[in-house]
Amino acid sequence: MSSMAAEGYSRKRNSYSWLYFMLPSIAIMLVFFIYPVFLTFFYSFTNLALTGESARELKFVGFDNYLHMFKDPTVKISIWNTLIFLFGSAVIGQQVLGFFIALLMKHKNKTFRRVIGTIVLAGWVTPEIVCALCLYSFFGDEGTLNSIITSLGIPAVTWLYTVPMLTIILANIWHGTAFSMLVFQAALDDVPSEVEEAAVVDGASRWQVLTRIIIPYIKETFTTNMMLVTLQTLGVFGLIYAMTGGGPGTSTTTLPIFMYNQAFVNYQLGYGTAISLLLLLIGIVLSLFYTRSLK
Amino acid sequence: MNAKQRKIIYRIMPYAILTLIGICFVLPLLWVMVASVDTNAMQTLKLPRAVTADNYIEVITSRENQRAFLIGLIMSLGQAVLVVILALLAAYPLSRYQMKYKKSFMLTILFMTSLPITAVMVPVYQLFLSLKLYDQIFGVILFYVASSMPYGIWMLKNFMDSVPLDLEEAAWVDGASVFTGIRKVVAPLMVPGICTVAIFTFSGSWGNFFVPYILLQNPENFPASLKLYQFFGQYGMIEYGNLAAFSIMYAIPSIVLYILSQRFMSKGFGLQGGTKG
Repeated sequence: MSSMAAEGYSRKRNSYSWLYFMLPSIAIMLVFFIYPVFLTFFYSFTNLALTGESARELKFVGFDNYLHMFKDPTVKISIWNTLIFLFGSAVIGQQVLGFFIALLMKHKNKTFRRVIGTIVLAGWVTPEIVCALCLYSFFGDEGTLNSIITSLGIPAVTWLYTVPMLTIILANIWHGTAFSMLVFQAALDDVPSEVEEAAVVDGASRWQVLTRIIIPYIKETFTTNMMLVTLQTLGVFGLIYAMTGGGPGTSTTTLPIFMYNQAFVNYQLGYGTAISLLLLLIGIVLSLFYTRSLK
Repeated sequence: MNAKQRKIIYRIMPYAILTLIGICFVLPLLWVMVASVDTNAMQTLKLPRAVTADNYIEVITSRENQRAFLIGLIMSLGQAVLVVILALLAAYPLSRYQMKYKKSFMLTILFMTSLPITAVMVPVYQLFLSLKLYDQIFGVILFYVASSMPYGIWMLKNFMDSVPLDLEEAAWVDGASVFTGIRKVVAPLMVPGICTVAIFTFSGSWGNFFVPYILLQNPENFPASLKLYQFFGQYGMIEYGNLAAFSIMYAIPSIVLYILSQRFMSKGFGLQGGTKG
């Protein structure tokens, strides 16, 4: 036993002992995480396919997939859809609404805060397929929203067909806002109340307190949260897929949906990978900014 | 409008706005809860004429559903246990040893925590085909472990930093090996951290749809998330009651685990919470 204790003490001398500890996790990350990232780069230059001739013979096609992408009108549509989805549900929805809820909740009645907080959180904790189901039936032709507006005398709207993008944006807001709300609640609690009070004593209006004191004070939280929320929203698949399937037509086809359709519906894995590389690159850039902001 | 009226409005406005937001958020949720106990559930939220547990009984007694829940449980539990063990081991030298590239390793790990998994699924599918892991429950677990490893290492390393070295050294003096030290001294002091990581990885994969959707093919291997989607697609238009009951049962573990996790996250919810570099 004493030799084992000695082994413990000499841990700094044995320069490779860290390897025993870290090897299993590094190995599993290398094979199933880092290698696929490199495969993404590699496959995007090939004609990889699930069926047909090219399924048997993997060939390098250079930039063909990328040239195809530039010509494919659906690529432009899905990039545009992704941007609208990101802007609507991540920037406006989660970030602004999350901040707004956190701000309004400050210094309010405790029970009231708890009730509203729990309701918003419930949407976040719920798995995405359940969210999709709840919101699908909410916006459905005979759903709750139409029941409400028809009872007010307004004619029913086929939400999922008329404004499909709006429905998936609202669904993602419903699912994601709680995260930003929690982040901003924590940040707002850190704003020293003396500074706020001093400003009020000096005659600052509510608006001035908000824009000149609170927002500058939590500026960094805004940037960090923005990147995190954007990264999460960028990868949203199940919610959109289960609610609209990317349709009607291509109206809610975001990049992940388009990638899925190309790779697994049209069996063009190479082309699908080229699209996912686009997603990956956006993700890498944002992640780098995120990592730097925390450094 | 005089000053007094204005003041009252300023006091009431936030409550009114928040109540409105709360109603918008609660309606879709209320529907799934009410529909799950309604004998004649519809797409719209309505008061049930009769309350019943039939929907739940039907969902629970179905062999297929039991299987889906069990598979989901095996996957998430398997992942959570593996992530905790492997990340704990990896975190040990990162927290205790002096290593040359520790800082850049940790930054890489942090970088990996935020990469969108969606973007690598097509190559992962291809990789699984060639490794004969496609359509294997175990394969899905392996991928889940790999994708949440960065998060696990990052969190557990930071939790481990706060466990004092003295206690461990005392154990060594008493003849414990490094591994015994980790098992008997370090890990028990990190229970809140370990629970946080286990809960978050568990509910992450429990709620995941995309990964099993790509990596599994045979409906017999489907976890609860895929079963719900299948259910949704096949009978979505008629069986609202059963669908809602299934959804509630499927959502409950996530909700319970979230509530439990709150007990371990004493520091509250800040972006800086688990991320002191």
